[in-house]
Amino acid sequence: MRKFLSRSLNEYGMLLVLLLLCAYYACVTIKPSATDGPAGGESCAKLALSEMPAMHSAAIVVGTAADAIGFANAAKARLTAAGVGSIRVMQGGPPEVRQQLSQSIAASSAPDAILTTTQDAAWVERIQANLPAISRTLLVIPKVRRWPVFLTVQNLLNIGDQIAVIAVVAVGMTMVILTGGIDLSVGSLAALSAVAVSLMIRDWAGGVHAGTMAMLGCSLLAMAICGLVGVVSGSLITLFRVPPFIVTLAVMQIASGQANEWSKQQSIHDIPASFTWLGKGASLLGLPNTLVLMVLLYVLAHVLLSRMRLGRYIYAVGGNSEAARLSGVNVNWVILIVYFISGLSAGLGGLILTSELQTGSATYGVGLELFAIAAVVLGGTSLSGGEGNVIGTLIGAFIIAVLHNGMDLTDVNDARQRTVLGLVILGGVLADQLKRRPWSLPSWLVSRNVADSETKRSPAEKTLIEEKTI
Amino acid sequence: MPTSHDPAFPLLELTGITKRFPGVLALDDMRLDLRAGEVHALMGENGAGKSTLIRVMAGAHRPDDGVLRIDGQAVRFASPRDAERAGISILYQELNLIPTLSVRENLFLGREKRFGPFLRHRKEHREAEAMFRQLNVSIDPNARCSSLSVARQQAVEIAKAISLKARILVMDEPTAVLTSNEIETLFKLIADLKAKGMGIVYVSHRMDEIFRLADRVTVMRDGKYVGTQPIGQVTRGKLIEMMVGRKLESEFPKQAAKLGEPRLVVKDLSRGHGVRGATFSIRRGEVLGLTGLVGAGRTELARLVFGADRPHRGSIELDGRALRIRSPRDAIAAGICLVTEDRKAQGLVLGRGCRENFGLPNLKAFGRIGFVRRRLERAKFADYVQSLRIKIPHQDERARNLSGGNQQKLVLAKWLQANSEVILFDEPTRGIDVGAKQEIYLLINGLADAGKAILLISSELPEVMGMSDRILVMREGQLVAEVTDVAGVTQEQLLTLAMPRGLE
Repeated sequence: MRKFLSRSLNEYGMLLVLLLLCAYYACVTIKPSATDGPAGGESCAKLALSEMPAMHSAAIVVGTAADAIGFANAAKARLTAAGVGSIRVMQGGPPEVRQQLSQSIAASSAPDAILTTTQDAAWVERIQANLPAISRTLLVIPKVRRWPVFLTVQNLLNIGDQIAVIAVVAVGMTMVILTGGIDLSVGSLAALSAVAVSLMIRDWAGGVHAGTMAMLGCSLLAMAICGLVGVVSGSLITLFRVPPFIVTLAVMQIASGQANEWSKQQSIHDIPASFTWLGKGASLLGLPNTLVLMVLLYVLAHVLLSRMRLGRYIYAVGGNSEAARLSGVNVNWVILIVYFISGLSAGLGGLILTSELQTGSATYGVGLELFAIAAVVLGGTSLSGGEGNVIGTLIGAFIIAVLHNGMDLTDVNDARQRTVLGLVILGGVLADQLKRRPWSLPSWLVSRNVADSETKRSPAEKTLIEEKTI
Repeated sequence: MPTSHDPAFPLLELTGITKRFPGVLALDDMRLDLRAGEVHALMGENGAGKSTLIRVMAGAHRPDDGVLRIDGQAVRFASPRDAERAGISILYQELNLIPTLSVRENLFLGREKRFGPFLRHRKEHREAEAMFRQLNVSIDPNARCSSLSVARQQAVEIAKAISLKARILVMDEPTAVLTSNEIETLFKLIADLKAKGMGIVYVSHRMDEIFRLADRVTVMRDGKYVGTQPIGQVTRGKLIEMMVGRKLESEFPKQAAKLGEPRLVVKDLSRGHGVRGATFSIRRGEVLGLTGLVGAGRTELARLVFGADRPHRGSIELDGRALRIRSPRDAIAAGICLVTEDRKAQGLVLGRGCRENFGLPNLKAFGRIGFVRRRLERAKFADYVQSLRIKIPHQDERARNLSGGNQQKLVLAKWLQANSEVILFDEPTRGIDVGAKQEIYLLINGLADAGKAILLISSELPEVMGMSDRILVMREGQLVAEVTDVAGVTQEQLLTLAMPRGLE
């Protein structure tokens, strides 16, 4: 039983966490649906129409509340659109409305239905009771529905949209971390790409009048530049054996510096509106393009890692690069390729940002690398390499997005959001560690075989001890 | 040899020491006693258990059974610190100094002289100088350890031992890394310590040194106690006999395959000091045994042939074709494979599944345009699981969870699938139970039958003698002997050939 539990938690732990988070935010953001104002009027009208499809005439009664006219107009518009011929709007206090109603009934016939707001329903009902002509008329009040704001389609798509940049960059980051490395330069590369593409569009493609092919060309070129920087990072790591942390840290600074120089520290706006197709458009079934791109990318990455040779090599290099080398894997190539991919995905992230804001700036992507790493780590990929998968990263990215979105919806202030996010990441990593070394406690808590665990670390002993514990 | 202590109370006494590791009985009712002012040599083949015994004395391993006594009092060590406090100091073969710190800092590591929260550098310096004067060596306490020669580093460790008031010093192959001059200095030091009443356990393969230094010698074999003799009453031959004296088990199902023309021809292969001028050839269907002591360079030689290290000189030819091997990839493409000595660290990616490990060098064969056809891979792997009888619950079981024997078979499966023509085995049956060993021997037979050229590196003399068609002996980086009459050679002869000449 324990083994089953631990295995399920291992594989699906983070997914469970994500679902729990969603459930939590769904619960705490339940709001009654709007019953006044234009939204209320809209829904009231819809309700009326559904209850009486063959409506010919209607009366809309509103009191003197602030948004009463909004309610009335929206309802009227809805009904008109549905083909209701005669619509009378009456606004005022109870006596005026009563008078208007009586006059209306006298002039023509009683309306088929009376629409009113929730607050006014009480006295409208009394009026109705006192006017025999309409005492049996259908009175429609907007239905109060309770639904979590968190789970509205709008909000969910919003989440997907918010996370797109981080998720895209995290694809490349996952591969780098799988080989046991790290890429701290992705944030700066995103900025570099943003600056590069916008400069190219401005100076080479005609600025605001740039054509689609030209824009595409500039985008690909910008991505390629970032990929090239990735290759340089990878080369330094493999040729000179400099730790990835240092190399990519340095590259991060250099790239940021260059981005600032190229853009002369100004934002570049000369980009056609059509460029926002990627960042803001929604071509496929109304789904945001960024969401579609993200899903596509993850599918591709998953196929690469699970079904292609390169994927196997990546895991092997991360798991035990010496054993991989002795099995014929070209370890250096694999490392170069993953940093190339990381550069490309960072470049793509920058493109998305530029597309969303229709502006290129060297200030983009600050802190992006940390969120990307957080997504990867939350998704269960080990920082020492060789374990993990890209779907986990997607889940990790969503956890971050859901947290951020949920905290926004529940009005958590910015500072606290940061704290919470940090704690979640810490929790995720700790859980991951415990999973790897099942419930192992530090040696000073364990009294039994202290002798065997506290040995002088001479290499000969190390092997023997490994023999023993494995 | 007069000692100033009553032999009834030896300085250090080990009785009935037994230590078990998963799958292996490292020490079996081992005993040893050491008198004050004595140099007591400890001898045994590779794998006899010497290292484990040293670690038990060091407090690094707790014996499953048995008693340690110091001055007649039973002691239990919970950690190396306890052993240190009891007066036992170990001089490991791989020196235990921190190279980036100074001599003085190393000497006083963990027991720094302090004045409140401040360190007293000068006091330490003075004490260090005094110590070195006593030992008659000139070492600057401020020198960085990494800048000292090995011999001097050793002296520092000895000084440290003395300053810890050690009364028992265990030295593990101390002269392996010294020049003859430095050895003389060390011997003077040892004589000095002996005169002061220190008891020294001297672990070495070098007979000449043992005959020169030791008062008594204890031999162990397969973790067991064989015997103890005063040095005057024993000969070289007798010692070797004691070390080796297993009867040759008839468990080596060697069937000589039909031998053909030479397939692998290696000429003058060299790399630095570790492998010098290695020249040999392996014929079709031949199992060439390669034996020697640990550190002789056998693994290094295999790595050179496999491309894991780059040779400085020399050539490799396979089936008449000269090969340019610059990396394992080249070797594998040419049909050479290496079954490494350390399968856990170098042979397998332990964190990944068995099938993945199996596929790693063979992925090109399992698919096109970069994809891996899983079904093909699964099918092939299933074939090998069956034919090699690899016991795994399912194909994706992590390699880490397999037993030693099954891990080794997994490694073999990987190379067999790669259609290797030359297979270099480096200690293939180390850490494997008897049953699985048999299976591996049968596999080797099968490979020889199929016309492959096989190199069998092993420290287990019976294994080498039982499975090889010819045997090469390697010593200190050079191939020094070739035995063609395998049936006629004795273990003693092989061991003698493998032993370093030391001080001649």
